[in-house]
Amino acid sequence: MLEIRNLHAEIDGKPILKGVTLAVKPGEVAAIMGPNGSGKSTLSYVIAGKDEYEVTKGEVLLDGENILGIDPDQRAAKGLFLAFQYPLEIPGVATMTFLKAALNAQRKKRGEEEIAPADFIRSVNRVADKLGISREMLRRALNVGFSGGEKKRMEILQMALFEPRMCVLDETDSGLDIDALRIVAEGVNALRAKDRAFLVITHYQRLLSHIVPDTVHVMADGRIVKSGGPELASELEAKGYADFAAQTAA
Amino acid sequence: MTAPTPIRTKAETALMAQYEALRRELPKQAAGQSAREAAMATFAASGLPHRRIEAYHYTDLRNLLREAAPLAHRPSATAGSSVEAGRFLGDIDAHEIIFVNGSLMHAEGLASQLPKGVSIGMVADTAPGILDGNDAVVALNTALSRETVTLEIAQGVAVERPLHLAFIQDAGAPQAVFARVCVRIGEGASVTLLESHEGPNAIATQSNIGVEIAAADDARVEHVRVNAEGDKAFSLSSLGLSLGHRACALSLNLILGSAISRHQILARFAGAEAKLRLDGVGMLDGGRHADVTLVVDHAMPGGESRELFKTVVDDRANAIFQGKIIVRPHAQKTDGKMMSAALLLSEDASMSNKPELEIFADDVQCGHGATCGALDENLLFYLMARGIPRREAQAILIRSFLGEALEELSSDELREALGGLIDSWLVRRS
Repeated sequence: MLEIRNLHAEIDGKPILKGVTLAVKPGEVAAIMGPNGSGKSTLSYVIAGKDEYEVTKGEVLLDGENILGIDPDQRAAKGLFLAFQYPLEIPGVATMTFLKAALNAQRKKRGEEEIAPADFIRSVNRVADKLGISREMLRRALNVGFSGGEKKRMEILQMALFEPRMCVLDETDSGLDIDALRIVAEGVNALRAKDRAFLVITHYQRLLSHIVPDTVHVMADGRIVKSGGPELASELEAKGYADFAAQTAA
Repeated sequence: MTAPTPIRTKAETALMAQYEALRRELPKQAAGQSAREAAMATFAASGLPHRRIEAYHYTDLRNLLREAAPLAHRPSATAGSSVEAGRFLGDIDAHEIIFVNGSLMHAEGLASQLPKGVSIGMVADTAPGILDGNDAVVALNTALSRETVTLEIAQGVAVERPLHLAFIQDAGAPQAVFARVCVRIGEGASVTLLESHEGPNAIATQSNIGVEIAAADDARVEHVRVNAEGDKAFSLSSLGLSLGHRACALSLNLILGSAISRHQILARFAGAEAKLRLDGVGMLDGGRHADVTLVVDHAMPGGESRELFKTVVDDRANAIFQGKIIVRPHAQKTDGKMMSAALLLSEDASMSNKPELEIFADDVQCGHGATCGALDENLLFYLMARGIPRREAQAILIRSFLGEALEELSSDELREALGGLIDSWLVRRS
């Protein structure tokens, strides 16, 4: 579903990604782990299409199509979703208004009709209830005054509502307490499906004990340096990243 | 030493000639026309203000006003009845008080239509009561307005529906309109005043409108002014506000139209513990120029003032905000905060912010801020990553930026109507 080939990217002339190669199959949950500064977040931004990164080499294929040349909104319409590490606050824009604008923009690009208002409200409420998001929160401005946990839950709500096929989660566990982590993980697990894939980026193993991955990749210094099964995550938790950092330095 | 004979510009000479012609046209009043005469003398001495006059530094009228358009004729009693005033305000249900080319329409019938406790009248010759008579724009307004329309809200009356002062330029060729309205809000009374200005596109109309609002002790007023003039309009406006003890006033200025506009506000705290809120929404594109210059004069203790001006500048447009808070020596416990924020949407757009504090009392809290910047790329990316196209994402962020200045309005209906004007500008832009 997602295929990354020899991806190189830089910001302000400074190389961050130095040849990432990775494939995620439909139905797969792939985890990327790695120390701070290894390029994990950059990878998620480049996949989603953030302007400030310059791709100097390589490809990112979604369903076999290179998406590097198209705008972030078009990538979203093709079924890509990035759950942000730091979801942004948008004062003055009611959450419901934003959700509807986003959903309809995606549908429009896919040549689908706008969602009927009643269906929209029903869908949002159904997902919100599962994630413990109150109606009152939905009426507030997007993410304004939300706690860290509430913002992350709002990201998962969007993911559930938009029904993307390729979900990238960038450090979704950061800043979450145990309860919030469980709610978020349950939200993600509920979305696991044969035709949907996940790329879960995290620093710690603890998220992966709630969202059990099929594959684990270790990233260091802008490259994938080791890949394996879920056992690799436990190994990392025990040993730390020091070995990998040493490997790349060598 | 003799004073040098001033060299008059073409526009100045024309304005003085217009005054002479108007004097001959107006009926002879028993009381004479002393205010008018004095005002013209003030103008004759100073001429049009230029860039060395600080308040006009960024809007040099001597340079910008090349031609003084001829005074608009007084319309016939039925003129302008075909024009639907203020339709851009949506479905706001208000008492309409319509001015066509500066003249009050249906003056006789109006008195009986206005709600109980509201009276309307006309005075032939009045000096400004709140505005500064020495200001050249105010002086011209005094000299060239045919009359002053007075609106009085009786003591203790709460006017339910807004009063809508709708100014319409009914022009087929360049013309100049001068008008003066004086609103007195009695003790403990409350009212919402809408003031709208509209005119045709592609015609170089000019206007100089003076509005004074005096709120007596414990009075409350919400004043919303909308500039929806045509795209070639040259609009000068002056607002004088006076607040009695514990009076509460809000004035919001929304700029949607005009090629060149300058809105000046002079707000005086005449009583203690009064509250004032001045808000602004500016939307500028093309080569437009809009100047908002205000003075908040805390002359009495315990006053509170808040200013929030939000401006979006696109293309080659040029916006100016000059705000001054004065705190007089005995105005202790004054609490004043002023903020002007601008969003620049293009490389060639410009914003000049000049906040000033003049504080002569020692126990006060005052502050000001000014910002100027582009749309936040991170926010744009967030919206785009959710499927929203760039242009629409920009519109959402601009709407959210400007919308903050509407938050203090007490009427949801009015906030929505003004939000609709922001949306219409965003649609025009896309």
